[in-house]
Amino acid sequence: MALTHQDIARIANLARLDLQPEESARMLGQINAFFDIVTQISQVDTSGVLPMAHPLDAMPTMPPINLRLRSDAASEPNDRQANQRSAPAVERGLFLVPKVIE
Amino acid sequence: MDELHNQSVAQLAALLKNKKVSAVEVATRFLARLGGNPHNAFLDINSEVTLAQARESDAKLSAGTAGPLEGVPIAHKDVFVTKDLATTAGSRMLSGYRSPFDATVVARLRQAGMVTLGKLNCDEFAMGSANENSAYGAVNNPWNTAHVPGGSSGGSAAAVAARLTPAATGTDTGGSIRQPAAFCGITGIKPTYGRASRYGMVAYASSLDQAGPMARSAEDCALLLSAMCGPDLDRDSTSLDAAAEDFSAGLGHNLNGLRVGVPKEFFGEGLAADVRRAIDAALTQLQAQGATLVPIALPRTELSIPVYYIIAPAEASSNLSRFDGVKFGHRAADFADLTDMYKKTRAEGFGQEVKRRIMTGAYVLSHGYYDAYYLQAQKIRRMIADDFQSAFAQCDVIAGPVAPTTAWKLGDKSDDPVASYLADIFTLPASLAGLPCMSLPVGLGEGGMPVGLQLIGNYLLEAKLLNVAHQYQLATEHHQQQPGVAA
Repeated sequence: MALTHQDIARIANLARLDLQPEESARMLGQINAFFDIVTQISQVDTSGVLPMAHPLDAMPTMPPINLRLRSDAASEPNDRQANQRSAPAVERGLFLVPKVIE
Repeated sequence: MDELHNQSVAQLAALLKNKKVSAVEVATRFLARLGGNPHNAFLDINSEVTLAQARESDAKLSAGTAGPLEGVPIAHKDVFVTKDLATTAGSRMLSGYRSPFDATVVARLRQAGMVTLGKLNCDEFAMGSANENSAYGAVNNPWNTAHVPGGSSGGSAAAVAARLTPAATGTDTGGSIRQPAAFCGITGIKPTYGRASRYGMVAYASSLDQAGPMARSAEDCALLLSAMCGPDLDRDSTSLDAAAEDFSAGLGHNLNGLRVGVPKEFFGEGLAADVRRAIDAALTQLQAQGATLVPIALPRTELSIPVYYIIAPAEASSNLSRFDGVKFGHRAADFADLTDMYKKTRAEGFGQEVKRRIMTGAYVLSHGYYDAYYLQAQKIRRMIADDFQSAFAQCDVIAGPVAPTTAWKLGDKSDDPVASYLADIFTLPASLAGLPCMSLPVGLGEGGMPVGLQLIGNYLLEAKLLNVAHQYQLATEHHQQQPGVAA
């Protein structure tokens, strides 16, 4: 099943990508070429197989790690200046963004 | 003594420890080789930072408090964040980015004494197999500069091959350590998923990304891997709770009785004749050293391509949503409102391959397609992992080619992403399963381009892989061949 121009526009919006028309056209062709090799996965009988989200899930010898949480204690120093050093727009320690509430 | 830049990690560590040479002398020698940025391998070099680290190392060497690799230079793939050097992940999105901290792998290697030479070029966000997707220009292959070095750790592989650094870090999501190691004639290992901390590694596909060392021999990789790995339980939720190991301690076993599984799916029509010749010769050599070859099947090898290129982009589309022009990285100059700012920022900051993977990932995760694509891929992923467990009932390690061909020419596949994906066929299965795997040079193919043998082991058995590779390298000289020097 091939994707359409409408699909590309819909996904680009979901992914927050502003694609130029020629870029969208090229991407449509390339993504459809990829989905040509994807069709074979629908032929595979996976009934009864659990999805594998993670390699640790397949390691016979490892204990489950899904619920591992670190202790709720402050561990990192507050280093706002270093953390904001690479921000595009900062004022008085705050990240600046365009107005979102009229 | 041979030139300093030809010394291995092990040799340099010994020279430094025995005060035959100082860390500053070693660093100065390597920095001098980086002038003009050969092969476009480096993205950031700061000699003051390097020399300051070298002076610290000399002080520790004098005080007798040196780490095991004190004063030995290393360079890091640019997906590892570093406090004192820029980190771009090969993307325009992170141009000029400075991390407030060092990645765990970077910190651990420094703790072991290693001196950072700089940051290495790579495919943007580690997405690519030729290092042509870097926003800062392609890397070329030291064996023939008209060819790609492989990717995504192409800068790492080229720098080690060209003796610009004795060691480098790489990351491997679907082959990004093994394939460039093969294309550049060096040795590299991806450990078991979770062995090396992902803290401070710019994320591409979190259930696959894994760090590993790249160097000129298995002996050097063992030293580096021992320093890199170990639990990082508070900072990486998928870090394995498996004690750090001294991988160098396990390198002395002969290969008598070793069962080497040879998957028939790795030797099909798509395998180039020159690669097959070199791989067959390597397998014969392993037999001569006492190993037995066992035919095995990995029946879902071909399926690993669509499965990987669904799962990895799905995870990437989620991971890369953090690049929104707010907290770090590029922000578009002109926009109408917040949503427009996101869209223009991301359109300007990301390159073509990254956009393609974000789009593919968003699509396979979107309503109505999730079950048919993403969930189905995850189920086949488990079948692929199970196939390996069946295979390991019959053999100790699996061996085959890393890639179907040697390094192709720059530009050959850059307009055809699917052709590039297909070339990843032999590295993807072990990545999907999370198994340790490595590449070692086993000779040259047509045009004098290197061929890499892939070894795959069961979970946590890196020591076994490294031993097989080391025994092979004790008996052969392929790993000592270098670009521009006749054998």
